[in-house]
Formats: sequence, C-alpha cells, structure tokens
Amino acid sequence: MSAVVLEAKGLAKRYGAAVAVAGIDLTVHEGEVIGLLGPNGAGKTTTILMLLGLTEASEGSVRILGKDPLRQPLEVKREVGYLPDSVGFYDTMTGRENLAYTARLAGMSRDLARERIAAAFDKVRLTEAADRPVATYSRGMRQRLGIAELLMRDCRVAILDEPTSGLDPQSTQELLDLILELSRGGMTILLSSHMLDVVQSICHRIALFNRGRIGFFGTIEELAARIGRGSFVIDVEADGVDLDRLAGAAEGVTSVAVPAAGRWQVEATRDVRPELARLVVEAGGSLRNLDLRRARLDEAYNRYFREVADAA
Amino acid sequence: MRREGSPFRGVGTVALKEAADHMVSARMHLIMLLVLLTAIGAVYGAIDRIRATTAEDAYLFLKLFTVAREPLPSFAAFLGFLLPLVAIALGFDAINGEYNRRTMSRLLAQPIYRDAVLFGKFLGGLLVIAIALLTLWLLMVGLGMLFLGLPPSAADIVRSVSWLAATLAYAGVWLALAIAFSTLIRSPATSALAALSVWLVLTVFWGMIAPLAAGIVAPLDPFDPMSILNRFEWQQAIARVSPQTLYGEVTGLLLDPAARSVGPLFMHQMQGAVIGAPLPTMESLLIVWPQISGLVAAMLVLFTLAYVVFQRQEVRA
Repeated sequence: MSAVVLEAKGLAKRYGAAVAVAGIDLTVHEGEVIGLLGPNGAGKTTTILMLLGLTEASEGSVRILGKDPLRQPLEVKREVGYLPDSVGFYDTMTGRENLAYTARLAGMSRDLARERIAAAFDKVRLTEAADRPVATYSRGMRQRLGIAELLMRDCRVAILDEPTSGLDPQSTQELLDLILELSRGGMTILLSSHMLDVVQSICHRIALFNRGRIGFFGTIEELAARIGRGSFVIDVEADGVDLDRLAGAAEGVTSVAVPAAGRWQVEATRDVRPELARLVVEAGGSLRNLDLRRARLDEAYNRYFREVADAA
Repeated sequence: MRREGSPFRGVGTVALKEAADHMVSARMHLIMLLVLLTAIGAVYGAIDRIRATTAEDAYLFLKLFTVAREPLPSFAAFLGFLLPLVAIALGFDAINGEYNRRTMSRLLAQPIYRDAVLFGKFLGGLLVIAIALLTLWLLMVGLGMLFLGLPPSAADIVRSVSWLAATLAYAGVWLALAIAFSTLIRSPATSALAALSVWLVLTVFWGMIAPLAAGIVAPLDPFDPMSILNRFEWQQAIARVSPQTLYGEVTGLLLDPAARSVGPLFMHQMQGAVIGAPLPTMESLLIVWPQISGLVAAMLVLFTLAYVVFQRQEVRA
C-alpha cells in the first residue's frame, strides 16, 4: 500500500451544544480519489475545514503529509489545495490576475508564476478567457479557474467541496475529466458531492457521512456487500412467468423487486444469469431481456440511509 | 499552542493588491474628486484672504492651511471633516465584502495567516490615504508658491509634515473603525451605515453633547469661581473622546506657532511671555504629543478589536 497522506483520528467539532462532527477517523493513501458523501448538514464541509486547519477541531488530531495543520498551517496549506463550495474570485480582476495574486501569496517568483499560470490555463482550456474579467465567466468557467489554481500551485493534495454543484451536464463532464487528469498526475483528491454518479465514476473509495460520523468507508462494492445485498444487479424482462416466486430457488439471490409488470430487478451476490434463464424457460415463460450491471451507488446510498433511518 | 511560520507572510502582497483595487475603484475616484474640489476651493479662498492681509500676518505659509474665507472652511477643517468619509469608504466592506464575494475561504486556504489578510487590508487602505494626503499637501504647497510667491521655510516644512503625519493617524482611526465594523457586521450596507453614524455623532453632534454632559457632571456654582474651570475641564475631557477634537487641537498647535496651549491658560502662566511670539516647533509638538498618542492609541484599540473578532470568526459564511 502506498504512503498515508492524510490521517484523521477522533476528529470532532462542537458549536456550543450542537455537534457538527462527532468523531471521525479517516485514512487516505497517496494517489487515491476519495468521495465524501452524505446529506446536507452531515458534517462534510466542517470536516474539510478541520482537515485544512481553517477551523479548530474540538477534539482529535489531523496529520496531512506528516504535518499538523494547526501547528504548521503554512506548510500544510502550501501542499494542500482547497476549492471551496461555489468558489469566488475577484470579479473586477481578470482570471490571470486572480491567479497571479494567489501565486504571489504562495511566494512564487514572477517568472515561475507566469509560466505556470499559462500552463494551467491551457490545461483547463481557459486561455482565451484568461484576460477577461471574472465577472464575465460562467459558473463552469469559474470552477475550471479554481482547478487551474490548484494546478498552478502544484499541490500534492486537493480538497474539492461540491465542485460540480450547479453545473450543466457538459461542464460537469469537463470538470470530471480535469479531476481525473489531476488524479493521474499523482494528486490525492478528496471530493464532496451530492451527484452520486459523479462520485461513482471517479472515486476509488467513498466515505458516507451521517450525523457527524462516517457510517461507512470503503469501495462501492464493499458498501453493496455491507448492506446485505449483492453487488450484482440483474434486470430481467419476461412474459408468462412469476419470477417473484421462482427466483428464490436460485442460490445467491438476495432480493427481487418489481419495478413494472413483466420486469424484475434481481440482486445477487454472484452472477445468477444462467439460473434465471433456466428458471424462466422451465416455467414456460418467454425471456426478453437479461441484463447484468454492477451495483449503482445511488441505490446503495439510498438503501444505506433508509436502513440508518430505520435503525434510529 | 505555538504555530510555525511568520504571521506577516503575504502582508505586502495583500496590502498592494488592496491599494491597487482602491486606486482603480469608482468609489475612491468619486470621493477623491470631492476632496480635491473642496481643497482647491479652500486654498483659493485662503490665498485671497492672505493677499488682503499680507502686511500684518506672520507665518504666511502655514496660514494657507488654516485661513478660511466665508462661507468656505479652511483646508485643515475640511480634511478633519472629509477624511473620515474617505477612510470609511475604503474600509467599510474590507472583511464582509470578502465573505460576500465568497473569496474568503479561498483566500484563507492560501499559505498565509489570517493576520496577513487583516493587516494587509489596513495597510493597503492607509497607503492609499497617505498617497492622497501627500498629493494634496504638495498641491497646496505648489499653489501657495505659485500665487503668493512665497517659499516655505524649513520650520514650516517640519511643522506641516508633522501635521501631515498626525492627519494620517487621524485617518487611521476612522479606517480602523470602518474595518472593525466590517468584521463585526456581515452586510456591507449596514456596516457602512454604522460607521457613518459614528462619524456623524462624533463630528457633528459631539460638540453639542460635550457641554451638556459637562453641565450634568460638574454643575456651575455661582459662588465658586473654580467651578467654571472645573466644568470647562470636564467639557474638554468629554469632547476629546471624539478624534475630531484631538485632531483639531493638533492642527491648531502645529499650524499656528503663536498658539501656546490647548487648555485654559492663566495670567500667571503668561508672565514674561511675549504675546504673539512663535513657539519653537519642538515645543508645539510636545504640547500636542498627548493628542497624537491618543489618536494612535484609538487606532490600535479599534484595530485590535477587529483583529480579535476576525481571528475567532468561522470561515464558512
């Protein structure tokens, strides 16, 4: 396993009597893309701010790249980039001037900054808009400018808070491609989002936040297995049979749902397509479709939170 | 807990950026235009008056700043009135504006301390005011030489430059006040109004409040002449809460070499003094030293208030 980049232990934050984060443990390895998921108010942003040292934790400790963000904030912030939720820039300044300002704050020399800013603009395809005031930028362009800032600063860890919120599908895809590119460049990325397909398409592991705790931390397959359902989902379309009753006979089937007449959604711990096909045919039905897909994060997510709510 | 790294990293960068922002902002252009026009009007009036009374006037050069022709006030009085407005215009949205543009969290995620943000903003505003003041001062001196054909003496220069420094401290008080309000209050419009109300109370109404309050604290006793003095001293002490009073006293002493005291003066203290003889520059400066320290102290107190509040503020808006 590669080196540990970020380690949080027992991280908690209380505002008076209200508990925002109630003890979080998180270990992130180099080069990973971690998705932070959970309902609004589950403590994601507060956790991010504590990881960066922008908010002091009530309890617990954080080490990023072996440093304490509260004691060595400058060194941590030099290596860790942060793209806040709906990031703002100085509207009257151009995109290039905005980045030049942060480059100066990071203590970069003028020549190095000019070179890196040009390269970053190139990478996020904003070169043409670089010398226009940010006031004229669309939301997607602003987010891309935020990514350009991370690129320019050459951070080792990037924390993105809701980078895709409010973007149209095309801008979302462009932003995802950029984030993937950052990841391929060796950057460790923490990403919070409500768009589950986004998270599924780029994250290696996910952390599910619930009421200030991490309820689950692992891969999507692990999540599907953990909540007691299979990680295989098979869509079946057939006529003349009642699969509801039949499917139970196949080994490994965990549940059967009926989204519409003549259609079933079978979940299983393994690929049960041959058995299902045999069952349908033996019962005298006509099979129209048999489709296997991996567990979808949105299904697992919804089920997880339904279970949590039931348990409470 | 000890934190590593200098809190002043990035102060210069923030200050220069703020100064550059102010220099090109429409807000600053408008208010400087106002100041410039009134300044030129005041100097023009002063030059007219001085021309008429040249023969009987000593310290002509310094009179440029203090002489007024009705209905215009003098240049120094104008600055005392308008400078707070300039400072408030520069500072009222320093911190809350950053939150409203949603740039605060990004700014604080840069490798700098919060100290640098606040300190840089204050220095940037002060720098702009200093540049504006110096320009105005040079303009005055130039106009004086042009119209009166009168070069300033070395003592005049020392006096007017120290007056300029005191003026900067006075502007600093209002800038610190505006920044403190911008930290305490989330909405820029509210913080601007709050700063303007303080300004209005301290510059316009304080002159009426001070005698009233003094009358309550130290009532006049017709059989005790000392009660008059007592009351006057109370009135002065209360009036000095307003930075404008302090600044007025500094101006009176520094720009008028013949002035001897800011408080009551008794006959026995004047024994042996040549009435109207100028005081050495250092002596004038010594007399108003408490006033100047008072201005600097007020500036520091207000800045510290803003600092403490800002350090404890949550990053998320």
